[in-house]
Amino acid sequence: MKKINAFLPLISSAAAVIVAFAVKDSPLHQKSAHPYFAYLLIIITAVYYIGAIISANRVKKQKKKAEHPPFYRALFVAGVVLFFNILNILTVKTALLPVLYFPSLDRVFGTLVEDRELILKCIGFSMGLLAKGVIGGLVIGFFMGIAVGFSKTAEYWINPIIRILGPIPSTAWIPILLVVFTKASSASAFIIGISVWFPTAVLTSSGISNVKNSYFEVSSTLGASNFHKIFRIGVPAAMPSIFLGLFNGICGSFVALMTAEMIGAKYGIGWYVNWQKEMMAYSNVYAGLIVIAVLFYLIITVLFKVRDKVLGWQKGVIKW
Amino acid sequence: MVGSIKFDGVKKDFLTMEGETVNALSGVDLEIEKGSFVCLIGPSGCGKSTMLRLLAGLDTPTEGTIYIDDKKVTRPDYDRGLVFQDPNLFPWLNIYDNIAFGLKVRKLFKDRKNDVGEFIELVGLKGFENSFPHQLSGGMCQRASLARALIGHPQALLLDEPLGALDAFTRMNMQDELLRIKKEKEMTMIMVTHDVDEAVYLADKIVVMTPRPAKIEQIIDVRLSQPRDRNNAEFIRLRSKILQILDFAGKEKEVEYSI
Repeated sequence: MKKINAFLPLISSAAAVIVAFAVKDSPLHQKSAHPYFAYLLIIITAVYYIGAIISANRVKKQKKKAEHPPFYRALFVAGVVLFFNILNILTVKTALLPVLYFPSLDRVFGTLVEDRELILKCIGFSMGLLAKGVIGGLVIGFFMGIAVGFSKTAEYWINPIIRILGPIPSTAWIPILLVVFTKASSASAFIIGISVWFPTAVLTSSGISNVKNSYFEVSSTLGASNFHKIFRIGVPAAMPSIFLGLFNGICGSFVALMTAEMIGAKYGIGWYVNWQKEMMAYSNVYAGLIVIAVLFYLIITVLFKVRDKVLGWQKGVIKW
Repeated sequence: MVGSIKFDGVKKDFLTMEGETVNALSGVDLEIEKGSFVCLIGPSGCGKSTMLRLLAGLDTPTEGTIYIDDKKVTRPDYDRGLVFQDPNLFPWLNIYDNIAFGLKVRKLFKDRKNDVGEFIELVGLKGFENSFPHQLSGGMCQRASLARALIGHPQALLLDEPLGALDAFTRMNMQDELLRIKKEKEMTMIMVTHDVDEAVYLADKIVVMTPRPAKIEQIIDVRLSQPRDRNNAEFIRLRSKILQILDFAGKEKEVEYSI
């Protein structure tokens, strides 16, 4: 790659800040209490440079070959800032985009600050619901998958149930769940659980049935019991497939979470977005979407880190 | 005899997918003394690998019984170590944990931790403890799988063409290593091979087998002292004798063989 100018983000940010302060706002837009967009630009730029310098120093100290040259992301950051700059001009500065649906960036980011108490409460509620559903679905899916993968009886009885009930979209269960569960939050957790359960169960069982038979044979000549064959051979050998199921399940659970929060939820980030939409408060809707994006990005990142740790042995064998 | 292995009228039939019965082994009687090195040799389909799998307890005979120390073989256990042609190391464990696997599942790891290092050294893999199987060559993986089978101190080590996939140089090296380990650990070794040279070089007793029906054609005692010279007159005579038996069997019964 060509050498990237390390000053690009600074130039781009400076331009955006100058536009934000120097150009007059359109009278059609509601005024914001503070210039939040400009604050955010300054913070982003500062964080980027501090991070880049720290990582460049660390690479130098460890004398390792860096994965990327220093300031590898400079062009990207500059580009993103430029995009927001243009968006800022199109909205608050000129009101070229419909004012109601495209609020000023100051107000979008301002919502994150001013409405933080409610948003934090919603995040806590959503994460609690997600954890309940995902852990439940994961545990049940995992053990069902193991049972189907190892036991002919379980395969006979449970596998058809998984194949028939699994593909039903989790949200289609809502009418029944509302009758079965007295508490709306239990119904919501159940919807999330179903969306995680199906891919986890299917990919765990198929992963286990695809384990080389000779691994089991070798382990039995080394004195392994059936318990060892399941948990020391079958499960670790099927781990790549199990992780694929987990990954699919978690992604599905995000969809389920958003839907689940529409049935009788009192809080929750999906509920927040939906509620604000009905109030026509689009700056809050965008703020909610930003929170959702950041949250799910963090969850997926953690999942990838865990995978790298658990499946470290695959390095150089498979990449996905 | 104590510590011996005995095949008593062992027969094995397999059912194919089409529902036909295929005879994989027809009536084998064989006694193997403790501490001897026995090679099973013969063309494909002569039942030599089946014999080994039966002895390991991975399959059960259709008829007849296999005894170890007058005890019936019913299931696989750690008193019979097994090494396949493919090393079959567990790819999710590093070399150290692969070798320690048998000790860990038998809950002996705490008491015999030092054994792991000893066996890693025995097969010459010191310094590779933390490597994963895919990072090592085929020969090194086969050494590791040998150590994994040996660490449980099996009474018998069953080798199913363990050197078949190795190049000629590594192969000869590993043959010497097998002899050294056998001498050091004093165990019975039973090896399936396609290679007549290998059989004459290693074995005290060579069991020559022929297919259709899959049975023992002849048992040859090798009375050469170790270490053996591959150019020795007796060595060459034995080799041509075995080839003759196999060739004769092949021509008479028109069966393909691969040596």
